[in-house]
Amino acid sequence: MLLRRIVKFYVEGFRSMTLGRTLWFIILLKLFIMFAVLKAFFFPSYLQGEPEEKEATVASELTDRAATE
Amino acid sequence: MNTIDTSLVDWSRAQFALTAMYHWLFVPLTLGLGIVMAIMESIYVRTGREFWKQTARFWMKLFGINFAMGVATGIILEFEFGTNWSNYSWFVGDIFGAPLAIEGILAFFMESTFIAVMYFGWNKVSKRAHLAATWLTIIGATLSAWWILVANAWMQHPVGMEFNPDTVRNEMVDFTAVAFSPVAVVKFCHTVSSSWVLGAVFVVGVSCWYLLRGKHTEFAHASIKVAAWFGLAAALITAHTGHQSGRDIALFQPMKLAAAEGLYNGGTGRGLVLGGILRPDADWTSTAANEESKFLFHIECPYALSLLATHKADGYVPGIRNLQEGGYPLPDGAIALSAEEKMARGRLAIAALADYRKATDEASKAAALATLRENFDYFGYGYLKSPAELVPNVPLTFYSFRIMVVLGGYFIVLFAGLLILGKKVAKKQLLLWGVVLSVPLAWMASQAGWVVAEVGRQPWAIQGLLPNVAAISRLETSSVQTTFFIFLVLFTLLLLAELRIMGKAIAAGPETHTPNA
Repeated sequence: MLLRRIVKFYVEGFRSMTLGRTLWFIILLKLFIMFAVLKAFFFPSYLQGEPEEKEATVASELTDRAATE
Repeated sequence: MNTIDTSLVDWSRAQFALTAMYHWLFVPLTLGLGIVMAIMESIYVRTGREFWKQTARFWMKLFGINFAMGVATGIILEFEFGTNWSNYSWFVGDIFGAPLAIEGILAFFMESTFIAVMYFGWNKVSKRAHLAATWLTIIGATLSAWWILVANAWMQHPVGMEFNPDTVRNEMVDFTAVAFSPVAVVKFCHTVSSSWVLGAVFVVGVSCWYLLRGKHTEFAHASIKVAAWFGLAAALITAHTGHQSGRDIALFQPMKLAAAEGLYNGGTGRGLVLGGILRPDADWTSTAANEESKFLFHIECPYALSLLATHKADGYVPGIRNLQEGGYPLPDGAIALSAEEKMARGRLAIAALADYRKATDEASKAAALATLRENFDYFGYGYLKSPAELVPNVPLTFYSFRIMVVLGGYFIVLFAGLLILGKKVAKKQLLLWGVVLSVPLAWMASQAGWVVAEVGRQPWAIQGLLPNVAAISRLETSSVQTTFFIFLVLFTLLLLAELRIMGKAIAAGPETHTPNA
């Protein structure tokens, strides 16, 4: 009963939106661009593999980049 | 040494700065406008006057536009951590990740639950329940900001962690020290109160525009009264927390203070530069003894810098040269190491980490670990090739600091002036235009504050522990450049969309019967 009232509250709220429809469209478009385009094609996680492999990669990066006298 | 192209460091920094600065266009308005509209709704609930309900609903509509445009723009920063700053993310992810995760949960559950009641709940829940939802929405947004600022404060003043050489990660050992470090508390108070100022300037600016047009005058006067009182209180809090922030910087990031003050040669009883022009040809990185002024001209308040930094008129404040050379007295009575000594100890720490990981017997591991622990405080210095790398961009830090302070002072005068004039302001066309044109200045002050905080702490990703050159991923510079321009286009389009939608909503003005936003 409570769940039905909550669902009804949201459904009626979304139906009565005016400017909100435009804003939701922009939010969804933005999320699509971020996750389906940017994250998928331009921002892969640099560190790959098991935690041990990541650990080894970072350790070697951090020790190799040290300045020399 | 396996070198990293400096242009990769610069482009990685530029991309992060671009994303953060665009994100910060939306956040302070959410924090500031949110409180203003909640105050207005509180007045409505208290007085029962329909006028205040309509006033609150109008500002809530603008809040909604800004919230929708800004929501999720911060996610891009998290993508960048994983791709461009992978060493950093691994090195400190156990600490940095905790506040970000709490922020995500809070933002998702608290804001998204109550914002729905705030927009859909008019006439469906009681007045008081609706008011509670409005306040909880903005409290949720402010708590989200708390955790983000805790993460940022930890980068400025890393505390409450221990380095584990087996995992190459810093592990949190004291959550309270991280969440309530003095830098985090002051940073939160200063950033949030300055965002309140921005929200108040926005409200008075839009209201003055209505007065210029001769429209919605009752609404405009009422909004100016609420926003000016709120803005004045917020601006005074910002000034006070700014002073506390200056004290923290003196203690934990003295190079940032020296850069913000254009202080090359330190000393006792130092004055605070109220204003001035730096010599364009000044060499800030040289350590040669040089008493020649770095200013074309400047006005100084005697002893004020020493008072601010040490709470003593004759307190010692190190300059850029002293911070490189060392040998000056620290607040605890010890003598400061030179940059060269710190760099040598940093190299020892990094070499000990390499030895520890290569060691096959327990005795060698224990010896390497002891060396690492002994020198770990200087770990990040081991990546620097010269002491000059410790000096941030002095002109940018110096001028940004002054822009922030001058505009902060201007907003105090602006709010006080509006309160003194009251309804007479409607007859002063020039002043009304001045207030309208002050709206972008609020963003300028806010961004300038972040420039001081972030440019002033260069070259560090994490103060003293990890410079940018060690924190970034080994990517192709061209790929970082490509994504930089993608973001530039994307965020600019988003900003233009916000300005257009916001402009139309402002032009339409408050309505007698506002439909659901």
